[in-house]
Amino acid sequence: MAPTETTVSGQEYLAVQASPEFQELRSRLRRFVFPMSALFLIWYAAYVILGAFAHDFMATKVWGDINVGLLIGLGQFVSTFLITFVYVRFANRELDPRAEAIRTELEGGAA
Amino acid sequence: MNRVTILAADGTTVGNPVANIAIFGLFVAVTLFIVIRASKKNATAAEFFTAGRSFTGPQNGIAISGDYLSAASFLGIAGAIAVYGYDGFLYSIGFLVAWLVALLLVAELLRNAGKFTMADVLSFRLKQRPVRLAAATTTLAVCLFYLLAQMAGAGGLVALLLNITSDIGQALVIAVVGLLMIAYVLIGGMKGTTWVQIIKAVLLIGGAAMMTVWVLAKFGLNFSEILGAAQTAVSSSTSEAVAGRDVLAPGAQYGASLTSQINFISLALALVLGTAGLPHVLMRFYTVPTAKEARRSVVWAIVLIGAFYLFTLALGYGAAALVGPDAILAAPGGQNAAAPLLAFQLGGVVLLGIISAVAFATILAVVAGLTITAATSFAHDIYASVLKNHQVSESEQVRVSRITVVVLGIVSIGLGILAAEQNIAFLVALAFAVAAAANLPTIIYSLYWPRFNTRGALWSMYGGLISTIVLIIFSPAVSGAKTAMLPNVDFAFFPLANPGIVSIPLAFILGIVGTLCSPDPGDPEINAEFEVRCLTGVGAEKATAH
Repeated sequence: MAPTETTVSGQEYLAVQASPEFQELRSRLRRFVFPMSALFLIWYAAYVILGAFAHDFMATKVWGDINVGLLIGLGQFVSTFLITFVYVRFANRELDPRAEAIRTELEGGAA
Repeated sequence: MNRVTILAADGTTVGNPVANIAIFGLFVAVTLFIVIRASKKNATAAEFFTAGRSFTGPQNGIAISGDYLSAASFLGIAGAIAVYGYDGFLYSIGFLVAWLVALLLVAELLRNAGKFTMADVLSFRLKQRPVRLAAATTTLAVCLFYLLAQMAGAGGLVALLLNITSDIGQALVIAVVGLLMIAYVLIGGMKGTTWVQIIKAVLLIGGAAMMTVWVLAKFGLNFSEILGAAQTAVSSSTSEAVAGRDVLAPGAQYGASLTSQINFISLALALVLGTAGLPHVLMRFYTVPTAKEARRSVVWAIVLIGAFYLFTLALGYGAAALVGPDAILAAPGGQNAAAPLLAFQLGGVVLLGIISAVAFATILAVVAGLTITAATSFAHDIYASVLKNHQVSESEQVRVSRITVVVLGIVSIGLGILAAEQNIAFLVALAFAVAAAANLPTIIYSLYWPRFNTRGALWSMYGGLISTIVLIIFSPAVSGAKTAMLPNVDFAFFPLANPGIVSIPLAFILGIVGTLCSPDPGDPEINAEFEVRCLTGVGAEKATAH
């Protein structure tokens, strides 16, 4: 029940998986997404824990009625937008060309 | 107190329920027309379930935000900010940051490896039948809780916006919403549903943006002034409990005790990890032609959802400042009434009508998205794979899913009538907790951990699902508290209303333990094929030709 009928055999997939091009793609992907996920989850966790336990700190006024809690909260928005932007640039430059090269070779070679 | 007295106090007639119905009727007429036009081709399974994978990234991103921004987030978060202040804002941050999990870890690989449902990806290299059954079970559970939340919300909204307070009247309107939803999904399939979501998202985000500008303009574009005015309005509340709140800092809703603080952390965990496990969100990634378009759609969704939650911040504090917490809490919908009352305050009957219609459209679109997801999962995973062992044509699958849509529609009408009094935010949080515990660990492991096997998946999915539901049943959300579902009995022994802090780590651990204590190492050839397909898109499902 493979989604589309490709004539690529299991042996060929094993060979592709072991190829340096694929390993390069795999490790670039993992070296980006895992640390970045850890980073934003820790930053979010820090925010949530401050929100739960550090009320006075979060209530410190910075400018007018705008306080630390609001700024850190808005900081979560900024970091989310920023990480999205950085990831898309990374994926377009580093992942897409490598994935496409492997895909073309496999599908072209099998046809 | 009801709507009439509030409006009378403002010196206006009670003519607006008619305006609300008229504007909503216009929305229904326009969207039905578009759905019928868009759905000329709905013959094949790929067309019915995934709109022929023909939507662009931006279109799908708008539809995702339409699917995701439910009435609970629009009315619920604006209301929570108006009444509790900062603690309402914490919800929206969890709902937004969660999209990074989907963007970085899930969306693209899932699009490359799957066909119609989450179970396609899981069963690629795990044992088909047990894994599909488990994945379909968790999918149906999440959809059911989420559907309940939306239908319960519809009841409350009716009371507020159409001034229908009788039980029979509310039941009638819930039935109308349910029947409309069935019509949209049956006629339009995924394509029609997607268009409804796109139109709704544009109206919702546009409406919220307009109100935000309006509120800011009233305060000379100075956000600090809004905050000050909101705090002044809350402090002058006639209720001592409300007046004592510092709405500009966290703690008004969750700060009372260590238990409530841990409960809050538990909720935050479920929100951030739940999104990427929501089946109706996952299914949207199959409506685009490539993984790259799936990435673009998440980027669009993040921008739109982020902007929308920034608007709700202004709307919530604006409602506190301009309408006041006493008027909001006295209105028929309670805190859910904040955004509609603010709309009335700003733009009178017309703006209230528009915002009410948008809120109804929101419920309709989210319910349609949930229903088509649940029906697809039932037809494709349970009926075709588990019951009929793949001896079913795709047109048969579409037929079964159409029947499922009708059954689900009727069931959700019934449940919505029964659940009319339930707390919407609680039901949504429950859906997120189930998605985070039962779906996300298995999705992550199966995408990134080659050793992961069938036993690990089953332990993680059933363990996550059962632990979440059992802990909820024995929590103060169900019994033993004044605000509980069953306030008159007390069998609660688990102190937290949000079980995520226990059930999510448990499901992650069960996935590891189950995998390691099973001798099944997996087939290296299939594992290699899966990984190569995930990362490169080789052999991924293409868009259907036009």
